[in-house]
Parts: sequence; structure tokens; C-alpha cells
Amino acid sequence: MTHAKPLPHDAARLHVTGAARYIDDIPTPRGTLHLAFGLSAIASGRILAIDLSMVRAAEGVVAVLQAEDLPSACDCSPSAHDEPLLSDGTLHYIGQPIFLVVARSHLAARKAAQLADIAYDKTSPILTIADALAANSRFEDGPRIWERGDPFPAISDARHQLDGSIDIGGQEHFYLEGQAALVFPQENADMVVHSSTQHPTEIQHKVAHALHLPMHAVRVETRRMGGGFGGKESQGNALAIACAVAAQATGQPCKMRYDRDDDFMITGKRHDFRISYQVGFDDQGQIAGLSFRQYARCGWAQDLSLPVCDRAMLHADNAYYLPTIRIESHRLRTNTQSATAFRGFGGPQGMVGIEAVMDQIAAYLGLDPLDVRRKNYYNAPSKKGRRRTPYGQIVRDFALHEMTDRLMDTSHYMERRNAIYQWNAKNPVLKRGLALTPVKFGISFTLTHLNQAGALVHVYQDGSISLNHGGTEMGQGLFQKVAQIAASRFGVGIDLVRITATDTSKVPNTSATAASSGSDLNGMAVAAACDTIRSRIAAHLAGKYGGTPRGVIFADGRVIAADANLSFAEAAQSAYEARVSLSSTGFYKTPKLKWDRLRGAGRPFFYYAYGAACSEVVIDTLTGEYRILRADLLHDAGASLNPALDIGQVEGGFVQGAGWLTMEELVWDNKGRLQTHAPATYKIPATGDTPPVFNVDLWDAPNPEATIYRSKAVGEPPFMLGISVWSALQQAVAATGTGQVHLNAPATPERVLAAVERVRDGN
Amino acid sequence: MDVSFLLNGESIALTGVDPTCTLLEWLRADRNLTGTKEGCNEGDCGACTVMMIDTDRRVAINACILLLPQLQGKSIRTIEAISAPDGKLHPVQDAMITHHGSQCGFCTPGFIVSMAVAHANGDKDAETALSGNLCRCTGYAPILRAARAASDMPVPEWMSDPSLPETPAEPLIPETAQSLADLYFANPDATLVAGATDVGLWVTKGLQKINSPIFLHQVAELNNVTQTDAGLRIGAGVTMDQMLLLMTDRHPSYAEMLRRYGSVQVRASATLGGNIANGSPIGDNPPPLMALGATLHLRQGNRRRDLVLEDFFLDYGKQDRAPGEFIEAVTVPDQPDRLAVYKLSKRFDQDISAVCGAFNIVVDAGQVSKACIAFGGMAGIPKRATAVENVLIGRPWNEDTIAATWDAWESDFSPLSDMRASADYRLTTARNMLTRYFIADIGGAVDLKEVTA
Repeated sequence: MTHAKPLPHDAARLHVTGAARYIDDIPTPRGTLHLAFGLSAIASGRILAIDLSMVRAAEGVVAVLQAEDLPSACDCSPSAHDEPLLSDGTLHYIGQPIFLVVARSHLAARKAAQLADIAYDKTSPILTIADALAANSRFEDGPRIWERGDPFPAISDARHQLDGSIDIGGQEHFYLEGQAALVFPQENADMVVHSSTQHPTEIQHKVAHALHLPMHAVRVETRRMGGGFGGKESQGNALAIACAVAAQATGQPCKMRYDRDDDFMITGKRHDFRISYQVGFDDQGQIAGLSFRQYARCGWAQDLSLPVCDRAMLHADNAYYLPTIRIESHRLRTNTQSATAFRGFGGPQGMVGIEAVMDQIAAYLGLDPLDVRRKNYYNAPSKKGRRRTPYGQIVRDFALHEMTDRLMDTSHYMERRNAIYQWNAKNPVLKRGLALTPVKFGISFTLTHLNQAGALVHVYQDGSISLNHGGTEMGQGLFQKVAQIAASRFGVGIDLVRITATDTSKVPNTSATAASSGSDLNGMAVAAACDTIRSRIAAHLAGKYGGTPRGVIFADGRVIAADANLSFAEAAQSAYEARVSLSSTGFYKTPKLKWDRLRGAGRPFFYYAYGAACSEVVIDTLTGEYRILRADLLHDAGASLNPALDIGQVEGGFVQGAGWLTMEELVWDNKGRLQTHAPATYKIPATGDTPPVFNVDLWDAPNPEATIYRSKAVGEPPFMLGISVWSALQQAVAATGTGQVHLNAPATPERVLAAVERVRDGN
Repeated sequence: MDVSFLLNGESIALTGVDPTCTLLEWLRADRNLTGTKEGCNEGDCGACTVMMIDTDRRVAINACILLLPQLQGKSIRTIEAISAPDGKLHPVQDAMITHHGSQCGFCTPGFIVSMAVAHANGDKDAETALSGNLCRCTGYAPILRAARAASDMPVPEWMSDPSLPETPAEPLIPETAQSLADLYFANPDATLVAGATDVGLWVTKGLQKINSPIFLHQVAELNNVTQTDAGLRIGAGVTMDQMLLLMTDRHPSYAEMLRRYGSVQVRASATLGGNIANGSPIGDNPPPLMALGATLHLRQGNRRRDLVLEDFFLDYGKQDRAPGEFIEAVTVPDQPDRLAVYKLSKRFDQDISAVCGAFNIVVDAGQVSKACIAFGGMAGIPKRATAVENVLIGRPWNEDTIAATWDAWESDFSPLSDMRASADYRLTTARNMLTRYFIADIGGAVDLKEVTA
């Protein structure tokens, strides 16, 4: 079967030759115009006066648009209709678009955008969590609270109590291809939009809405993104709408791509969180009661913050059974970029909260943190009890006991832990740390209706297969996985299958390629479409050659019906000549979901994906600098659709997760200006940050739920394997003294040194 | 301006060139060669990497901050010419496919070019060769595997370097120090452009016009390195990759710092003179050069003068350099190696220093006989730790003496807080670097890079 084979990415050859086309590489007709936004220089207030005469007079400028020049408010929000394309006069963050320059070149547009003369009426911005709480500046009326039992008596009755708090920084997506869109105006006022987006249907919907067009007048095409990571779920809306508006106004094709600094300044990032907690536990560290407060800085607009914060709550347990639990979630509105989706979608922040609790309990009791973690694990499927999540879903296939055993064995956890203990005793300046942390991540959109997908499959009379589905390709290898599924369904080689660019005119009403759902949803939809066509071919051949349709075999590029043995092309030709339709849609919706987000109760997830990581670090106690020395990862991808692509997701997710918690630091100044707005100041991991010893393995067990070929989603879960690096840093810091370890994230060298100094001072 | 060079083997002769047009912009907009990508437009991500071939070397370089006049006399090979004209793939391309080294693919052409350059140069240190190429998808492991897998494959015949083009004289690209001196003396308001790793950003990010630029890369004398009685005289145009080689045996700690300076691409462009002349308080060469007692050789027309390096830096943004005066060379005195350079940054490779400390402490018979300590990132200029030096000199080389410097640090430095580090952290780590130097000197383990799992 073609699925399960470790085939390379479908576009690998195009990638390595530079022939893969991204938005800015699409040939454009002469006369194509280029766009840039003029941005707010203040975080909060109003525009008193604006003079754009210099902008209009600048070389190459064709038009300059303000809010009043637009055909509508041109709302860009994916949720609450609170993001006008251009400021209506009020300003909410530094970087908010105020006006739109349309010019003959990208550079001319950028240069002109600098020339505005704007007088502001500044008000005091709300920037920090403390500012927002003081001003009661939030989304929704008050905090969302989910409870199971009453944790407070359980905490106070427990043998031990602790409390604490951790700050967790945000993260810039740093997709290598910045946001980009290109719009070709059509006859009849229609628009064709090329967008670097994870959500073509949303782009279609927002462009149509902005221009007062029905959705059928807008066609959106996305061949590939140069990285997405959640940053292209909603953040591409503004560029596509701007291009469509300008294309409508000028009649010319319009292109917009953000310069990297603009991309940092305008677009949303991962939510930063503060999580405080109170916990009660016994002598072995088993938790009796736990109360979390999660504070999320959501930025100026709602965007996807509510489901992000829901998912943080949904992962406050990570892999641990919590008999009584209260989670209070504050969604705070601040005068900063509107925080948005980012791989894990709040889950990582929720998990760091409980992993901080685990480390603190272990330190307090003098136990190995892994023992405390295991003591709190959900029960294995074979055991009764301790399987119900705080929101009521039963964890039916909890694989982490066995996975932890295997990883402890392959990573030599115990031997290394003892060796490190001895090494640290002999080394006053350098200290090593080792940590093994688990991941349990819920798979499905928590907004239940999004869990659907469509596909369109054509078989041509020469036997070649054209495939389309609602998912988008951002590097994760979705297209190849889905092509492998189609090839398996028809029993042909992958070369017969061509996947075409995601296109809203081929498959309508699609969901974002997000929540790790791409292959689960679209793979099933494609399989359904393929099966429809295959059944028709089988019925035709059974009629022609005898036997039953069910008896027709599609394998190894052949189709066997009774005594006839045809190539797939011959079978297709035969069906075509018999006037059998060789085209079909396919549809899938995830079963078993039932979720009440206000009560925090039900079954939000079809299943869970699991993983575990063991990381070793060394720190320098004089400067706080550190290196990752080794990482061993074991990840559950179910019965993998393509082990090579899945391992790629695991390795890449781990490094991205480790980057989030270590070197990637977003710094805003006290006026609300993002100081780290380019790779010169915002550092993502480079080659030297990959662990020199890096062992990655898949836990290759079939998904007990009936997913496509019993695989599991793999996009987001491995990101949280990076938490092991942060935990290992905590262990290394703990080796420097007797004080309590408190290492906020990102654990920059400066924060590591501060943590070392506190531990050394014994407080 | 008129500029002549080779592009993928084809002779290009451009006239009326806008000197601020970048190679990347020209490739993508004028030549429709869109395989070379724009990731950051400031030389930090490597997505725009191209191969540049000069008379004596073949380097990877960032096209986004490379101005067209810098191509004069060079040969450029882009991603489109890494595979054979008939489509046959280069070994590094094959290996990247086999090892699943691309995911979204946007960074991939830049990686491929960097890999092809390292492959052609026989450079097997893939981690360093690729440290200037950012990838957000893979976590690099498969890319490093691919580079290693391809490293022993022969260089394909189609990768042979063409002979470089003849270049007609272009007044703004002088070829001798004398013509540069005359030109700059006559046009003291001109902007000198060497590697453009800084000036390039004035163009791409500052959106500035460059005031009558003079391009330095063809001035032969600026690339000279000579051993003199006073020490090693290094031309101001010597690039950081060459500087790294010069320091490898003389002062290995300096070389190791340079291995983390910028990236391969930046080191191939950035010059010693540029790093000093721009007066940045966080340039990484001034601290070690000051600690080594380096002398600057300045020239204005036909007037030459020498200056102890630290005297060049007067105040933030202000240097002791007259209009029309330029740095010709730097002399590093010969001396036994006692230098340690400590570069502190959030990311280990390719990051700007929060603090860069250079220590050159000589101990005779248990007593400190000489102490030269200089820092970047601790003041508005690169600065000596004079008060600390004075505490050290003449005292026994022990922990008590280190402790005795405590107060002197604050009289030497009152650093700022910014997005890279707080003032407190800078001061603390500066102090601790002296401790590190001492512990290293008595044989203690202080080097993270020497620890393995």
C-alpha cells in the first residue's frame, strides 16, 4: 500500500531547485500594483489630524486609501467583527494599519507609507496583565471558570500545599515566507485571490463580505505557504481584503506582501500567559486538589483568543488525573498586536502550567520529577478509575505508561540521571540537568462544526488521478499524505496522483488547516471520494466481466475483475467508454463529538495524541548561557501515514517548542512598541541549537478510533515535547543550591542566571 | 554607475545602475529569477543566499543586502544554476530530498546554495556552514544529515567556476588605495561601502538614499595582510572569514568568537574596517583588538596617522575620524596568547552580543603584570575596563584579587537596559567573565562547548 511509506514531500524537487512557487513568485501582468500599510505610531488613542499629501505625491504612488474610501468597514476578524481593515479613527496598538498605499512597486509603496503626517490624541495604553486587570479590560464579561469538585478543601486537607506562578512569553511565528496575497480582478466584478493562507474559505468569505459580493464571486487559490504554524489562519485576511479593495478601485491586479518588520509589527503572535496555582498533594506527590488561574494577553481584538484560551484550560491537566480542579481563565484585552493561533493553540501554555507544578512538587518533596509525574498519570486503559479529565471526557487509550517506560529505557534515563548528579557535584561552574516530560494533546476543533472536510477527485481516461481537498499545504506534507491515501484506495503508484492547489471553487465551505486536523479530515474525505469512484468502476467491470463488484481488486496498479486483469488506465478507459462518471466529491465529519464550552463539559476531542521527550542541558552559572546536549523523543502518530513526514513534524515541532521556551523573547517597551521586530533582535533556533544527539522515534500503534488508516494527527502535539528542555533547565538550576527554582519562560540566559542566583541564595 | 559581472555564466553589463538596488531585488524583479527568496531583507535568515565567486574564493552571500555595484568583477551563481542545465540534480539537492530536508520549502533554495558552496569548498562543518540559514519547519536535523551525506560526493562538472569578467573602469569603484584616497578627499561627504552588511540595512530597512557611495571591495591594498616589526598588519577590507583564519593560531578564542560573528554569509562580506569605522558599541572586533593593543592606520588624502584603537571611539556615534579620512589597516602586536573573548547573546550563533568581553591578562610569578580588558555592549562605545585593570595589576593572581575588583566594575561601566539584556545582567556577567577567565586559567571547566551528553 502506498500509504505508510516514507515518501518524500510531494514538492521536494521543486523546493530544492527553487522552482516551487510562492505568492511573490507568481508571474504578474504588466501594470500590477503593490500595496503597503501606513501604521499607527501610538498604542492607544485617536487620530486628531492626518495629512497624506506627501504620501500621495511620492514617486510611484497610484492611490492612497483611508477608512472612508473603502466600500465597507472591510472587517478582517475571524470572530467578533472587531477588526476594521483601516483605523476608523481610534487606535489600539502600535502597528495598526491606518491607511493603504497603492503604488507601482513594493519599494515605492513602502517608502511612501513612511511619509504621512499624523497628529495623535494619545491615551494611556493597557499593556500588561496587571494593567488589564486593573482596568477590567477583557473579552467576555468575566473569567471563564470550569470546576470539577471543590479543590480548596482538598488542597487544605492534603498533607502538603504549595502555590506558585509562572510567566510564559509569547512567540512570533516567523514563517519564512511573510504574509502575502495577490488579487486578479475579473469580469463581472469577480475576484481571483491567491493567498498564503491556512484558511482559503475564510479569505473568500472576508473578501466577499468586504466587497458586498456573494461568495461565488470570489475564488481563492492556495498552492502552498512558506510556513504557517497558525500565523496564517486569520492574519492573511487583511492583505487579501486590501488587495481586493485596491483591485476593485483600480481595475489592476494588486499584490501585497509585508516586509518582515511590518509582519512583526502588524500581525498577532502566540498569547503570553501568566499562570498561578495552588496545589495540595500527598507524600508521593499525588495531587488531591489544584486551582489554576490563567491570565492571557489577547491583544487588541478578539481574533481566535476565546478558543485559544479554552484550549489552554483543556490542557491544564496535560497527562495527569486531577481529582478536584478549578480553572479560571482571564482573556485580557491589551493595546498590543492581537494574539492569534500558533501551533498548539493555547495547549502549550496550559501544559507548561502543570509541568511547573510537577517540578515544584518534586523539588519540595525531594523526589525525582519523573516519579511525581508518573504518580499523577492517568490510569492505563487496563485499570479502573483515574481516567476522567476535568471536563468529563474519558481518556481511553492512555499510552504514556508504556511510552515512558520505553523512553526511559532507550534514553538511559536512570543511569544518566545518576551520572549527572555526580558530575554536578564535581563541577562548580557548569551544571547539567535532565528531564523527561509527557504530552497528551486533544485532537479535534473545539468548535464542533469545524470538524468537517470535503474533497473532489477526478479519474481521467488515461488513468491519471487529479485530487483536490480543503486542506492547505504549509510544509507539513499534507498533500503527499493525502495523495498516498488516494493511491492506496485505487491500488496505484503515487505517480498517477496529482494534487492540485487548494481552491474554493473546487471544494467549498472548508475549515482552516489547523488543530492538526489536516490529514484526519481531508484524508477521510478523499478516501470517501475515491471509494465512490472505485465502486463505480468495480460495478462496471463486474457487469462486463462477471463476478461481484466487491470482488474486484485494485492493487499494484492493476484492476482484476473475474478473469480480466487490466491496468488501472485500461479500467478507467473502459469505465469512461461505458459512460460511468469518474468524478466524485467526498465528505467527512468527525463522529462522537459533543461539547459545551460554557460549562466545560463533554467530549471535545475525538482522541488524544501522546508523546514523551527526554532532554539534557548544561548551563553556565556565571552567565546563564546553556546548550541542549541531547534529546530523545518518542511520539505517537498512530499507524503513521508517512513515517518520514511524521518524524519531520516531531523533530521540527520539538525545536520550535524549545525555541519558544528558551531564546525566543518578545520585548515591548513601556509605550507598547514591540522592540524585537526582526530576526536581528528576535532569535529563532539556528543549526547550532539542534541537539547534537537527537534520537526520534514513532510509537507506531494504531489509533483505537477509526481515523484514516488508524493514523493520528501530528502537526501540533510534538511542539510540546520542547517543554522537556525548559524542565531540564530547571533541574540544572536546582543543582546550584537549596532555594526554590523559579524559571520563567522564555528561559533566556538572563532568566537562567537570575534563577541560579535565587537558588544559590536559598530563597 | 556601470557594473559588469557574470550571472550563472552569462556576462552582464549594466549601465545607469541605481547604487542602492540590491542583487535580490534585481534578480527577482528584473531577471524573473524567483528561486532566490526574500525572508527578512536584512541578512539574518539566508533565504536569499547566492554563491559569489571572486579571484581567490567562493563564498555564500546574502543577496538581500548586496548592492549591485558590489558585484563588479565577480561571478554570481543562483539556485537556478545549482542543478545541471539538463535538470540533473546537484548531490546536495539529491540528499535534501532523500533526507527529507525541506518542508515548506521557502528557506530551501538558500540552504541548497549554502550547502553547494560548502560542498565545493570541501567544508565539512555543516553546522557552521549553515548557521546563517534559518529554517522554521525542520529543526535542522534532516538538513544537517543531508549536508553530511553529500559531503563526500564529487563536485559536479557543471559547477566549475567561470573566468571572471574584465571590468571597465568605474570611478566610484576605485581599484587602488591612492585613487580611493584622492576620491574620498575630494568628496568627503561620500559614504564608504565595504561589505554593506550595515549600509545594506540603511537601504532595505531605513529606506534611505545613500549619499554618493564609494565602493571599496576592489581596492587591492585594503585586502593586504603583512607581518611587520610592529605586528600583523591587517587591511581594513579583510573580511571576517579571513580574519577568523588569521586568528585561528594566534588567538584561538578570538577566532572562536568570530565563528559566532554574524553568519557564514555575513562573515564573507563584513570587513574589519567597517566593523570599527561604524563606531557601533556592540561591534565584536573592537573589544579583542583593544585588549590586544591594536593600532589603527588612518589615511586622509596623502596624510597618514596612527591611533591606538581605543582612542578612535570618542562617544556614542562619534569617532576620531576627519572628513575624507578612512581606515587603511589595523596592526595587532605580536604577543603570547593570553586572550579570551566571551560573547554573550540569547542565541549562540549569529546573534548580536548583549555583552562582548575581551581579557588579556599576563601573570608573572603569580602576579598580574599586565591586564588589558575591553568590552562591547557595556557603554556607548567599545570601552576598556581601566579601573578593573588597575586593581588587578601588581596583585597576586587569585580569587581574592578577583573579588577586589568588585567595585571597580561600576566605576568603569554603567550599562543600559534594552531588548537584549538588562543593565544589571550586563554588569553581573561582565564581572563573572573575569571569574570565568580566572577559573579557566587555573584549569577549571567553564566551557559549555566542551560538555557532551
